Amino acid sequence: MDIVTAIVGRLLKAVITLLMIVILNFFLIHAAPGDPAAVMAGEAGAADAKYIAQLREQFGLDQPLMVQFWNYVSGVLQLDLGYSYRQQMPVLDLILERLPATLILTLTAFGMSLLLGIVFGLAAAARQGKWSDTVITSLSLLFYATPLFWVALMAVVLFSVKLGWFPAFGYETVGADYVGFQMVLDRLKHLVLPAFTLGLFFMAVYLRMTRSSVLEVSQMDFVKTARAKGLQENVIRRRHILRNALLPVVTLAGLQAGQLVGGAVLTETVFAWPGIGRLMFESLTARDYNTLLGVFLISAAMVILFNVVTDLVYRLIDPRIGAGGAA
Amino acid sequence: MKDFFKRFSRNRGALIGLFILVVVILVAVFAPLLYPDSPWKMVQRPFLAPFSVDGFPLGTDTLGRDVAAGLAHGARVSLIVGLVSTLVALLIGVPLGALAGFYGGLVDDGAMRFTEFFQTIPNFALAIVLVAIMEPTLPTITLAIAIVSWPPVARLVRAEVLSLRRREFVDAARLAGLSNMRILFGHILPNAMSPIIVMASLMVATAILLESSLSFLGLGDPNIMSWGYMIGAARTVIRNAWWLSFIPGVAILMTVLALNLIGEGLNDALNPRLARKGR
Amino acid sequence: MDSVLSIRDLAISLPPGADRDYAVQNIEFDLTPGEILCVVGESGSGKSMTANALMGLLPDLVHVTRGEAFFEGRDVLALPDAERRKLRGDRIGMIFQEPMSALNPLMRIGDQIAETYEAHGRYTPSERRERALDLIREVGLPEPEKIIRAYPFQLSGGQRQRAMIAMALAMDPAVLIADEPTTALDVTTQAQILDLIKSLQERHGMAVMFITHDFGVVAEIADQVIVMRYGEIVEQGGAAQVLENPQHDYTKALLAAVPSDVVPSGQETSEQHVLEVRDLRKTYKTRGGLFKATREVRAIDGVSFTVGKGEVLGIVGESGSGKSTVGRSIVRLVEADSGQILLDGEDMNALSTEELRSARRRVQMIFQDPYASLNPRKKILSAISEGPITMGTPVAEAHARARDLLETVGLDASAADRYPHEFSGGQRQRIGIARALAMDPDLIIADEAVSALDVSIQAQVLELLRDLQQRLHLSLLFITHDLRVAAQLCDRIAVMQHGKLVEIGSVAEVFLSPKQDYTRNLLAAVPGTEWGGAA
Repeated sequence: MDIVTAIVGRLLKAVITLLMIVILNFFLIHAAPGDPAAVMAGEAGAADAKYIAQLREQFGLDQPLMVQFWNYVSGVLQLDLGYSYRQQMPVLDLILERLPATLILTLTAFGMSLLLGIVFGLAAAARQGKWSDTVITSLSLLFYATPLFWVALMAVVLFSVKLGWFPAFGYETVGADYVGFQMVLDRLKHLVLPAFTLGLFFMAVYLRMTRSSVLEVSQMDFVKTARAKGLQENVIRRRHILRNALLPVVTLAGLQAGQLVGGAVLTETVFAWPGIGRLMFESLTARDYNTLLGVFLISAAMVILFNVVTDLVYRLIDPRIGAGGAA
Repeated sequence: MKDFFKRFSRNRGALIGLFILVVVILVAVFAPLLYPDSPWKMVQRPFLAPFSVDGFPLGTDTLGRDVAAGLAHGARVSLIVGLVSTLVALLIGVPLGALAGFYGGLVDDGAMRFTEFFQTIPNFALAIVLVAIMEPTLPTITLAIAIVSWPPVARLVRAEVLSLRRREFVDAARLAGLSNMRILFGHILPNAMSPIIVMASLMVATAILLESSLSFLGLGDPNIMSWGYMIGAARTVIRNAWWLSFIPGVAILMTVLALNLIGEGLNDALNPRLARKGR
Repeated sequence: MDSVLSIRDLAISLPPGADRDYAVQNIEFDLTPGEILCVVGESGSGKSMTANALMGLLPDLVHVTRGEAFFEGRDVLALPDAERRKLRGDRIGMIFQEPMSALNPLMRIGDQIAETYEAHGRYTPSERRERALDLIREVGLPEPEKIIRAYPFQLSGGQRQRAMIAMALAMDPAVLIADEPTTALDVTTQAQILDLIKSLQERHGMAVMFITHDFGVVAEIADQVIVMRYGEIVEQGGAAQVLENPQHDYTKALLAAVPSDVVPSGQETSEQHVLEVRDLRKTYKTRGGLFKATREVRAIDGVSFTVGKGEVLGIVGESGSGKSTVGRSIVRLVEADSGQILLDGEDMNALSTEELRSARRRVQMIFQDPYASLNPRKKILSAISEGPITMGTPVAEAHARARDLLETVGLDASAADRYPHEFSGGQRQRIGIARALAMDPDLIIADEAVSALDVSIQAQVLELLRDLQQRLHLSLLFITHDLRVAAQLCDRIAVMQHGKLVEIGSVAEVFLSPKQDYTRNLLAAVPGTEWGGAA
């Protein structure tokens, strides 16, 4: 099996999953409380029966479920995610406007948590049983048990209110109108706390995975073979243990990255970060179900895309999968 | 059994965890006796700092409600939601994973595609959507958490069953003329219990985190006091009264930490071979 | 002759809580250039620990507490770690039992070989590659240019072991330590690897320390022999002397337990068949899915044979020959694609699932792995009586019978109330036999029933089987990869290869005048053939 068919196969699977999510989304919209037409009418400020009936017809709500379903799916395929009557904007535009902020936040948090998790995980494994290992693993256990939104709040109290090191909310200083380097610096400063609090839990996850994976691989026979060859310990660690231990960690991390999107809802809410997580919270409080489910759909799609990328990278790195057994 | 307690108690963290959890459980059980009044009742002047007025060791919140009472009653919600949602998740995940692993083939394919699908969806986002649509009440929150928590159970049980199914004692049971169901429930699943128990204890912890996150966002049952709600309600006054957010957070942290520690202890005690490798 | 390695008074401690305090103690021996020293012993005898101690590769909590090991004028046990590292792979090479897990799955074979040079700072990268190619050729791997770029998963078990040997040979070591290097391999592959090690040893004039549990292998390659038990040497000497004239009782017992090649005259086959298998077929298709081609493996390819009443029919073959699949499809743990399985004229293969469940009683199995064949959470009583109870035997009667049977297989009746983990491997295998007997089956299939046991235990279980077979007039289908074992117990032998039955006949016919080339090769590959077992 060559790499092209592998990619095509993987993409096909992703498309099927995406379609299933679209279907799920459709049923969730229908399960949402209240008659959509009545809700729309209420939002438009005119709740009389005639207007509601007109809305029903306009949005095809009087049609059989299958027809509505088809309308919905074809709408989604044309990137039509419905209209937000609260914000008076198409849902897709709302999301696209907020998406970059979320991408910056989640990718920073992901990169940071993976990097720190691996580094500290390796450090702990190398000092297995010593006090520094105990400290690292205990701290990771603590972070692992800490509610994300609470860390975010405490970070605001400590680093922003008390110490004044970092701004407490937003993604830039409002009204400052920085340009160039100043702007980058300003935005970075705003990014630190949200990214750090979002990444903390995941760092703990990756740290624990790295540590146990390294310890497991260290026990394997081929490591003994490497020693029997007379290789130096640092070469064994780098060439034999590291690669074999990190492969599953990075893959699992990639597959777990989806949970970051969920975490982003909390972080963005606390820090008033203008991303789709915050949008989700806003539509929640405003009972704006079209937007809520639109964000849900897009975030699921992002996760699927990320999983596909992880999967393909894994295929490239691991010879056992890509080559398929020649010889 | 004796071995089990011996190995469990050798893990100091697990004992600490057990102690914390017992305290939380006692507080939850006796909350109605300790604080017979509703935790929503305004009892004093708002914004009392901890230890500043006798009888209100943890102070009062923005509306003058007793923080200690809220904490005690909140423990009930956390534990109930954590426990029940885990049970429901097990009820979905165990049979699904067991059937997939036992029958293999198309059953397995179907069940695993279904599981993968649920695992792909970002689980907190799905929980939010589900609770928002079903209206937040204790049962709907519990159900939503169960719905997003079962996939790992199904995968674990499937993997266990898949490996146990190939053991020769299962062949022997088949040759004894046992039916599939008796083989699955009498011989295979009992041998898969240890990892399921360990996972369940960790799931209760995760469920408590999820519940508090949901109620922090305002998706808690509006009639029931919970730790997440207390933090969410105090969020706006974080600059003046940080302790109002701090205290319930510590309660969540301790409870979740305790469950994780217990999970590790159970793992050591129930899977001695694996545990030895890990340390 | 001067020894290249001499070990004096070696003792290795085990961590507290182990079965005994010392992994080995009072170990003394010499290794002479150009000789192969076989260290023999059963599992737990400490033979591998000795080798690992020499290499400085002992597990974390295990330490050398006493003794010296002089190698090229220095006590290697007293050397600092850095010096010992330099010796490893350079002056002392080592190969292991599991060639799959002993190779890094993510590294090309060529790189793994060249790495040995790198570890000792020899040659430029391109020279290393050339040398690796030479080594690949020397150990007889096909298509060196391809192998050097291959990953371990692309090689067969025997090829991987050859690659391992290439790595160990890279620096032309004075001593090669081989830790059960052929145990995981098929008998014909094992013969090739043994030949290779022997010829390389002669060409390079190395001293080889060869660790094994198999006296057949000892007879095949050893110049000197050390027999170990419970961490101590019980006997050592020249190979001929130890094999022909053992002094210590333990060695005698071990050698007596080695199944001999002296072919017993099998009983006359009875005219009455309990089992007749006709044209059995089973093809495994690896499901391809959308983008993978389906692959077909013919596990059973038109196999027919009969088992007479009171007869023991052996099925022998290497792994992948389909011998186990035949056994499992007779009891329908595997569903054959076509063919008939006639038990007293009734076709097992045609039974519905419901009919099958009540017909299960008629054929029972004894399994290979004593640790996996009993449910760890059920008492022995339940393991033995579950079948009869399911078949409708009253509970009290089934329980009483179970206790009787435990005594029949040489255990105490009180064993019924205990759990499997309280028993040793040999005892568990006895319980497995009792379980099969409890159903009063017409036929018992023993699938590699003694393969997982140490040789002395193996002999006891074989003895029990032979005794029961004669006393109870059992019909047995005995599946094994071990021709010596088959020769001991069977009346007739069937040889399988690639899913086909290539030869069937009485033990004497098959062993003494095999008609097929494959059978001849198989027999020739059995280690220690010329030695012929203990007298």
